Amino acid sequence: MTHPKLNQFQTVKYSRIYSLGAARGDLVVTNDDIAGPIDSSDEWIRQRTGIITRRRASKALSLMDMAVDASNQAVKRAGIDPQEIGAVIFSTISHPYQTPSAAALLAEKIGANPAPAFDISAACAGYCYGIAQADALVRSGVAKYVLVVGGEKLSDFIDPTDRSISFLLADGAGAAIVGPSDEPGISPTVWGSDGSHWDSVSMTASLLDFRDGEASWPTIRQDGMTVFKWAVWEMVKVAKQALEVAGVKAEELSALVTHQANIRIIDELVKQLQLPENVVVARDIINTGNTSAASVPLAMDQILQDGLVKSGGLALQIGFGAGLAFAAQVVVLP
Amino acid sequence: MALSQNEVLAGLAEIVNEETGIDTDSVKMEKSFTNDLDIDSISMMTIVVNAEEKFSVKIPDEEVKNLLTVGDAVNFITSAQG
Repeated sequence: MTHPKLNQFQTVKYSRIYSLGAARGDLVVTNDDIAGPIDSSDEWIRQRTGIITRRRASKALSLMDMAVDASNQAVKRAGIDPQEIGAVIFSTISHPYQTPSAAALLAEKIGANPAPAFDISAACAGYCYGIAQADALVRSGVAKYVLVVGGEKLSDFIDPTDRSISFLLADGAGAAIVGPSDEPGISPTVWGSDGSHWDSVSMTASLLDFRDGEASWPTIRQDGMTVFKWAVWEMVKVAKQALEVAGVKAEELSALVTHQANIRIIDELVKQLQLPENVVVARDIINTGNTSAASVPLAMDQILQDGLVKSGGLALQIGFGAGLAFAAQVVVLP
Repeated sequence: MALSQNEVLAGLAEIVNEETGIDTDSVKMEKSFTNDLDIDSISMMTIVVNAEEKFSVKIPDEEVKNLLTVGDAVNFITSAQG
């Protein structure tokens, strides 16, 4: 059987992150504000998490509002027309609708309609999962520009009396525009999952349990010690592998931008990686808290805005969390 | 060759010292990690991982909550060495 020769997408050689955008919750929540229901204190929370304040969104500020703000900023900084966006990838675990996707509404709201748009669920690894997909879409020629957003309003899914994770959690959105490049800008991604620890970070109940009156409103909880052990000692291996496949030595990095889970995890990762002191370590958790999928772009944007790193430097970014899912890549800072 | 209880205690004291700065002489068998040495759960996990590496043993996550005193940890490690 004969048929006409098919056209296929024409590949481009390299991709890079053009720009970032950031939006945080409008409320500054102190440790004293939340210490009561968990019988804790400012000192206890600072010592165990590094958090001094966390940013949460008021009822009037939705996940979509923050995602739109971050995306518009990224589009503006990239200097592109939103109509040039060829795909919108929204990583979130706190979009309050099973369907339709948050991404489709986001595309409409920022003027990227009719771009293909879809959500991904990879929790705290989600932004780095999104960058991996955006890199592939751009280099395969499927899309010229891809908008990747990590956004969460986790305060809708917390229990003020939970001592495992709720007091860490915060709200915000980070966005990135990925597009074609003359030089390599995103290294191969080292990513994966480990479903044998599926319930190490999870919800307290399913929505069906809630519907049937068998459980209260599902909130996020974790087995802190199991997650801490995995997040440090398994992620050190992933970080080292990401550097190796990127062909980059630790001392050649400008920055390490990890998921902002807990300052103790970040500090232990730095120690285990034996990072030289000249490598800037993002510690946005101190004033922002843990924003899951939003934390890596928010933390990277913050060190750029603070002038701690320069555009063109190399950053190792690594996301890890519920799944358990993880992803790491070295990127050229936008 | 398996290490003696005293050798495990000495090794564990070094690990505790490195993680917390607590003097090795203070790390005695009867001391409680939480109440006497003021070691929090995150530091405890770091100590556990370093002990696993140092003594080539596996300390399951669910076992860690049973290691209340330095002696509990020393005894677990000593028997886990086989």
